[in-house]
Amino acid sequence: MSTDVAEVSQESVVVPAREPVEPLFSKRRKRIVSDPLNEDNPITIQVLGICSALAVTVQFKPTMIMSIAVVFVIVFSNLITSLMRKMIPNRIRIIVQLAIIATLVTLVSEVLKAYSYDMYKVLGAYVGLIITNCIVMGRLEAFAMANKPYDSILDGFGSGFGYAWIILVVAFFRELLGGGTVFVGTPLEFDVYGNLGSLLGITLQTNGLFVDSIGAFVILGIIIWIQRTKNGYIEH
Amino acid sequence: MQQSNLYIILFAVGLTVVFGGALSLTSVGLKPLQDKQVEIDTKKKILGAVMDISSINDPNEILGIYNEKVTSIVIDINGNEIEKDEKGNLIVAEKVNIQRNAKLDPKERQYPVFMFIKDGNLVDSYIFPTFGSGLWDWISGYLALEKDLNTVLGIALDHKSETPGLGARITEASVQQRYVGKKIFNEQGKLVSIKMLKGEGNAGLNDHQVDGMSGATITGKGVNAMLENYLKCYLAFIEKNKTKKTASL
Repeated sequence: MSTDVAEVSQESVVVPAREPVEPLFSKRRKRIVSDPLNEDNPITIQVLGICSALAVTVQFKPTMIMSIAVVFVIVFSNLITSLMRKMIPNRIRIIVQLAIIATLVTLVSEVLKAYSYDMYKVLGAYVGLIITNCIVMGRLEAFAMANKPYDSILDGFGSGFGYAWIILVVAFFRELLGGGTVFVGTPLEFDVYGNLGSLLGITLQTNGLFVDSIGAFVILGIIIWIQRTKNGYIEH
Repeated sequence: MQQSNLYIILFAVGLTVVFGGALSLTSVGLKPLQDKQVEIDTKKKILGAVMDISSINDPNEILGIYNEKVTSIVIDINGNEIEKDEKGNLIVAEKVNIQRNAKLDPKERQYPVFMFIKDGNLVDSYIFPTFGSGLWDWISGYLALEKDLNTVLGIALDHKSETPGLGARITEASVQQRYVGKKIFNEQGKLVSIKMLKGEGNAGLNDHQVDGMSGATITGKGVNAMLENYLKCYLAFIEKNKTKKTASL
């Protein structure tokens, strides 16, 4: 019973055995990375990982840290799972995957606490909640369990960046519309509304809606709309 | 492929040992660094109540200023200094966990008091830690009073998860600035604390009122309750030191 489930859920990107050595960045491997960025994006197409996309995207900088943390966790959990894929007993594979993710997430959280305490306070529980980010576990179950380590790393980067660019775009607009600034806390920090306001001689009002999660939904919706229009997606 | 039960159990045990070991090692290895970060964070908050430290980025500079200008004691509800706990261990004010203490009966709590000395050996301001509940989770504050132990010199408020843009604004300088110069005693010398009002843009505020934050009434009420509760607990200490015209160490 459980073996059937595994076969169905595993993607069909299985490497044919004993072929001539594949180039490091073959067309197939490039697709592993590029697919999740657009056509198979974890957030906008698969609609996974929404909770953190809403929760940590109030400002750009924390979102950046969150993105790095998620990319780190996806890449390394993919790698570890792929390395162990032949040893992992099928019946407890979900628990094993969860243990791998949880270990990496705890590591990230501890390192953040030691080296960037302010960010640790801002991200708080959300770093820990990477464990429940469906994207990570989805990749382990669907890809890393059936593919070689190198391909799994590429897949991790693809999905990680696919997640990252979306939440960074959401954060950029939420910060701009909700706070009137861009990139607060980084060297590129700029008070857009303040400067534009004094240039025009008026006071620009920020929109509190975008500070709330609702703002993230709105922006996410617009991104999905643009993406579907571009890719010619039709609802069946 | 169906593995035997023994294999599965051994695999699980091995996995637990390896991962558990890795996590314990990191945790132990990073502990000193993490403790230092927490210490810097606490001291930043304490200093933040009496001076503007937003331009100081170097944590060692913060620690330097702190060590030079701040002394601390721990008192009980009667305003008496306590040096040792029941077990005879020395109590360090910076190490007192305000959150854990807040859960105790006010009579049993340890209250740290920080004294800021600009130069010389006269106390310029007293900093009182406070702790309470906002809308979603805890809020905390360091209230700095001038040496008359009546006028507010500054306040540093913090929160865990107040709504961003609404209640979370208590951490903004523009909101905290509203407390500066307010008084905790009325003219008859009775403790009245300071109240944040409902709504924003209130006119004609008296010495014990500050303008509120629109959309964050409950957070404001939380701050009010926190200040009032804790000022009552510090009252004995305040009364004692107020009568001394020149409080010295």
